Amino acid sequence: MSLTGEFIAFIILALAAISGAIFMINLQKVVHMVVALVFTFVSIAGIFVLLHAEFIAAVQILIYSGAITIIMLFGIMLTKHNDKSEQKMSMARTIIVFIGVVAFGFSVYLGINNLDFGQEATALHENNTEKIGIELYSKYVIPFELTSVVLLVALIGAIVLSKRDEKEEAKKE
Amino acid sequence: MSSVPLSAYLTLALILFCIGLYGALSKRNTIIVLISIELMLNAVNINLVAFSRFGVSANITGQIFALFVVAIAAAEVAVGIAILISLYRNKRTVNIDEMDSMKH
Repeated sequence: MSLTGEFIAFIILALAAISGAIFMINLQKVVHMVVALVFTFVSIAGIFVLLHAEFIAAVQILIYSGAITIIMLFGIMLTKHNDKSEQKMSMARTIIVFIGVVAFGFSVYLGINNLDFGQEATALHENNTEKIGIELYSKYVIPFELTSVVLLVALIGAIVLSKRDEKEEAKKE
Repeated sequence: MSSVPLSAYLTLALILFCIGLYGALSKRNTIIVLISIELMLNAVNINLVAFSRFGVSANITGQIFALFVVAIAAAEVAVGIAILISLYRNKRTVNIDEMDSMKH
């Protein structure tokens, strides 16, 4: 493993992503957590560029750092917190969850530790977007159309769920 | 040949997934739980894209799958926040421990 530019870039981006995630877990205020999460999302977009997936990187920035973060902020601002996320969970339960997660991570790590298939797709970065478009509209037309149905259902469902029910409101008052 | 091996990408994704899993299991605020789930989905996306470059039959299919995961994640977070807001309107809380009216 020589110290090439790609390796250095990977180390920096990986450290940024992991530190953003750890900040997300440890910060006290909910809005700060979302900002830390944006940091992680942008670093992951950089990882995608390293993996020759420029289109996915652009989608990551647009959808995750843009749309999903804004939706999260709406959710935070439409509900009232005491601005701090309360930590009233018992210590024993936290430790049990921590041990379980570490055990899961270690056992998966044993599996992927030396995984190498010895081959590499070298032409992924040439006309990346065009290739994705051709593949999407030739091989994966039906899943693509089903995705549009799912998005429509989610849109209508979100509106119906969060719409204020006027009659019940009047009944309460 | 690339200087960063496949296992490095997979390990990064594993670490992010574990952090997300810990957050989803240990936090009491529903919004934080949703955020942690997003982090786990992102880790899975790293795996898919890494396999699209280094997998057994490496081709662009992995990136297509990552796109589908992004679309479904966006739908999931929209519905999740909508449920959260209507729950908040009825129960005035975002604490996940108090959302237990479907018990018994």
